[in-house]
Parts: sequence; structure tokens; C-alpha cells
Amino acid sequence: MLEPIIGRYLHLAIEGVKQRVYFEEAGQGIPLLCLHTAGADGRQFRALMNDAAITAHFRVIAFDMPWHGKSSPPEGWEKDDYRLTSESYVAQILAVSAALGLEKPAFMGCSIGGRIALYLALLHPEMFRAIIGLQASAHVDPYYDLEWLNHPNAHGGETCAGVVSGLVGPQAPSAHRWETLWHYMQGGPGVFKGDLYFYKIDGDIRAKLGGIDTAKCPLYLLTGEYDYSCPPEDTLEAARHIAGADVTIMPGLGHFPMSEDPERFREHLLPVLAKIHGAVR
Amino acid sequence: MLEGIVDLVNTDPWLQRKGRFVNTSLMVELADDAAPERYRLVIAAGQLTTVAREAPGTARFIMPQYELRLIAPRAAWMEYWKPLPRAGFHDLFALRKKRLLEIEGNLQPFMANLFYFKGLLEAPRRLTLTGLLHA
Repeated sequence: MLEPIIGRYLHLAIEGVKQRVYFEEAGQGIPLLCLHTAGADGRQFRALMNDAAITAHFRVIAFDMPWHGKSSPPEGWEKDDYRLTSESYVAQILAVSAALGLEKPAFMGCSIGGRIALYLALLHPEMFRAIIGLQASAHVDPYYDLEWLNHPNAHGGETCAGVVSGLVGPQAPSAHRWETLWHYMQGGPGVFKGDLYFYKIDGDIRAKLGGIDTAKCPLYLLTGEYDYSCPPEDTLEAARHIAGADVTIMPGLGHFPMSEDPERFREHLLPVLAKIHGAVR
Repeated sequence: MLEGIVDLVNTDPWLQRKGRFVNTSLMVELADDAAPERYRLVIAAGQLTTVAREAPGTARFIMPQYELRLIAPRAAWMEYWKPLPRAGFHDLFALRKKRLLEIEGNLQPFMANLFYFKGLLEAPRRLTLTGLLHA
């Protein structure tokens, strides 16, 4: 059996630095640009790309951020620690979207991708026809010592996956749970930690939420009940400051809804996608 | 109650594979003004070799030695040990996020073997299932 997913490599410059970025896509119609969680890669969207109900109307595209998955780190990567900032994150999304020639795509990102969804809604609403933030909050205070994610006395793959294992909803199907954790076990050294610099330090958007204008671009926020990194109350708190934000709390799901339990997730996602699709009919 | 997990942990093939390099000792504390309770656990190559309990009415520990200390309110542990805990109480890091759990001491064995320690400390959930806990 061949899946309909096709993967290719894209060469482009992001903030003046040459990058080789891997992306996968499936389907036709409205471009839906998907961004994975910290320390993982685009495989988290494998089920969406295999879901005919979605790919009949959407061209689902997921790229591995530079340093992640099958995307390379830039030349000279060995000289510095990787560190994601809100500025570089926005820049790479706009650059990849432009390089692929996407016209007013819909955007969907999870966790750090949910946070950057808020930045895109604030800074570039005119570029997108709709923005979906999964597990999106405005800020997370550190609650464990991030140094352990890249430490010679602990195996990075085991530690990164061990840290996030409880973020998977307790009733997620075993195969999807462990596939999700496998992605974390495969991350490069320091990459998850570098992403969390954005998530927990640089990317605090609390003071700017009021500037998001959902009249310019609809904003949908979907959050799983069992996520303690971005718990439902944090999404609701962010939404309280964004007039017109459309919030869905997803019972039973955790921090990786599209990857940990795609069947349960699609019940919540399909109505949102129907609204986006319906708007262009 | 943690005395009951010894056989579960020591005969669980997955936990034993994950914990085969774990050699440490830890104190698990159930903070409770009325009836505080502590358990000292010793682990050798993933095997639980000692589970000692201190509570009102038992002998006090005398100069207990341990590398790692986990302390949370009794009510938080009890929710955590239910077969399907409420969201926010279902993982050690969930309890950390809520600032209910403090983890102190030599963190290296813990952070390098998270799957083992999570499995170890979630083992009482299986006692709950068999009616031995929360009876």
C-alpha cells in the first residue's frame, strides 16, 4: 500500500542563511500549512495527510523546521547552540510559504506552533485565510530544568521522550503514543531545548494579545484536556484577550492531538476545516 | 501502600529493561499535616530491594540515606495513583507544572531514566485496579 504523501526537499534562504528544508504534502485545494511541536517533525501530521475527508479540500503541507526531522541544520551548525526565537520562527514560516508559492494558506501549528500561530495572527493576518493554534498559550513558565534535555549524563532521546510522555493523553492508542514519542527520541542534540527557548523564554506574547484582529483573519484555538504544558485554562486565558477567537477544548486529548490520537482529534478539527472551506465556496 | 509495588516492579519485563542501569535510593513523601508519611526506596539494577515506611505509629527513620527526594501533598499523590487521574494529576511532570511536586537531590539517575521512574511511581495505579489501594 502506498500512502498519498509525497516528500521533497526545498532549498531557500531564511534570514540570509541557506537552508535545506524537507516537506511533505498530500491533497488538493486550500493550502494548509502545518507546523509540528518542539523537538519533533512533520510526521506528526501523517494521519491528516492520509485522511481523504481532509485532503479532498485541502493541500496539507508540513515542513520539518530547520534542524528537525529530515531538514538539515545550516552549514556551520556545529559552532553554536541552536536557539529558536519568535523572529526567526516567523521568518522561516513566511519564507517557506513564499518559496512554495502558497497563496493565502490556512495555517495550523501545535504547541510552539500554536504559540507562533498567535504571532502570525498578530503580525501577518493578511497573509493567511485562517489560523489554527493547537495547544496554544501565550506563555509557559519553566517547570523543570531544561539543561537535562541536552546533557552528557543523560541520553537525549530517552530524556526528551521521557519528559513529554505524560503530555500524551492517557487514553491515546498505544501505537500512536509510541510513534509520537519516537519522534522525540530521534531529535538532534539540543534541538528540543533550543525550541523551548522560544516557548518558555523568548516567545512570551501575553502583553500583545489584544492587538490580534480576528476580523482580518479568523483564529481557531483547539486544546486537549490532558495537556499540562498548555492546559485548557491557559488557552482560555489567552482567548479572553483576543476578541473573536474561536476556542474548542478537546476532552481526553493531550499535547499532540494530531499525532497521539488522530481519530479523536478529527472530530474537533473537521468542523473547523469545514468553516474555512465553506468560507471560500 | 508502596510496599505493595515491589513484586509488580521487580517482575515487570519492560520496567526491568528500562531500569537495568538504575542504582539509587529515593524518599517519597506524602505531605500531610495530620499524618505525614514517607517511603524510602532502594533500587539496585532496577530491582526494588528496600521499601521502608515511616508514618504516625511506626518507628522513625534513623538518619535515612537517599539520593533523591519527591514530595507532594498526600491528596495529590492519591489522585495521581488513581487508574485514570484527573488531568493535571496524571504525570510527575504534570504535578511539577502545578507546583505540587518538588523533586530534589541527585537528579541524574532520575532524568536519565525517566521512563523507569515514571513506571515505578505509577505502579500503585495497578494496585488500585486490583482493589488493594483505596479499598
